[in-house]
Amino acid sequence: MSAAAATQATLTSQEYIKHHLTNLTVGEGFWTWHLDTLGWSVFLGFVFLAIFRSVAKKATTGVPGKLQCAVELVVEFVGDSVKSTFHGTNPLIAPLALTVFVWVLLMNAMDWVPVDFLPWIISTVGGIEMSHVYMKPVPTTDPNMTFALALGVFILTIYYSIKVKGVGGFIKELTTQPFGHWSLYPVNFILEMVTLLARPLSLALRLFGNLYAGELIFLLIATIGLFQLPVHFLWAAFHLLIIPLQAFIFMMLTIVYLSLAHEDH
Amino acid sequence: MNINATLLGELIAFVVFVIFCMKFVWPPIMAAIEARQATIADGLAASDRAAKDLELAQEKATNQLKEAKVQAASIVDAAKKHEAKIVEEAAGKAQAEKEKILASGHAEIETERNRAKEELRQQVALLAVAGAEKILERSIDAATHSDILDKLVAEL
Repeated sequence: MSAAAATQATLTSQEYIKHHLTNLTVGEGFWTWHLDTLGWSVFLGFVFLAIFRSVAKKATTGVPGKLQCAVELVVEFVGDSVKSTFHGTNPLIAPLALTVFVWVLLMNAMDWVPVDFLPWIISTVGGIEMSHVYMKPVPTTDPNMTFALALGVFILTIYYSIKVKGVGGFIKELTTQPFGHWSLYPVNFILEMVTLLARPLSLALRLFGNLYAGELIFLLIATIGLFQLPVHFLWAAFHLLIIPLQAFIFMMLTIVYLSLAHEDH
Repeated sequence: MNINATLLGELIAFVVFVIFCMKFVWPPIMAAIEARQATIADGLAASDRAAKDLELAQEKATNQLKEAKVQAASIVDAAKKHEAKIVEEAAGKAQAEKEKILASGHAEIETERNRAKEELRQQVALLAVAGAEKILERSIDAATHSDILDKLVAEL
């Protein structure tokens, strides 16, 4: 926290917050890469896959170990969620839901890392001044991350809609409801397109908005001096609810959208 | 909100992670879970069956015990009856033997007595003849007085 104090000595709280909400970037224009978002998300993805893969390799059908129990708990939780919503036999849905849930959960959990902790380490180890360190370690506070996830789900939704219902069936679904009369088909199409496009948009923005707001409050708390400790604790405790809930909502909506894509009217 | 190439990078990472999860993570873990569920279900079914078997075995054992008791009682009964019969038979045989022995004894005594009687009679006849001879002081012609003698003998 002394680092925060040091930063505050040279920055106003507005500048401090703005500084912490700036990504570490390379490139220009569209070809800008957020290295912190990419790095942390890929790292956390590897953490997820490494743990689950190590359990999968040693998975015993006998008495399981503690790690295997924990992993199986998550897998069964996701499997049950998929089974209760999706009534088909698509081998992709459950692994997709598992990946989404655990990955988003881990990325959200980065919110618990105190906002100045990682910049302080980089500054201390690298010998760089705090004001030049850009590090936004929660990937889900980056719209690029949440939109990438939502876009992936959206592409799968379109793919399965066309695969299950055929191109004609998909177009029919977009035009013949909710109004049955042919003269209202254009209106139907507009309404259905709004519905279709609102799904990935709301999916991405819900996750981004929740985590971005949470991060912003963490930053605000970090500017109030010594009193930040109890307040930070309260806000972090509140995130015990937010972090898994947002991961769960993202997973459930992924399953729901994909099961809607499989439903043939 | 600045959307940029990061989105593409994350999209690629997402696809790769999902594919890896689908190929190498989900199937083995799910297989292990399902195999264990099957094992547990089998075990529960087996224990149910064993409990039922035990109940049946106990019932069977009880029944056999009852049957054995009945059988034992009937065997004891039969043995008692047989014993009584043997005793009765032996008693009957002994009675018959006794009667036979008694009868043969009586018969022997009878023959002995008859022989003694006969002998006595003959001797009495002789004595009578000798007495009569002495009384009459003359000999009695046996041939002439045979009728008297015979009468005497018959009277004796």
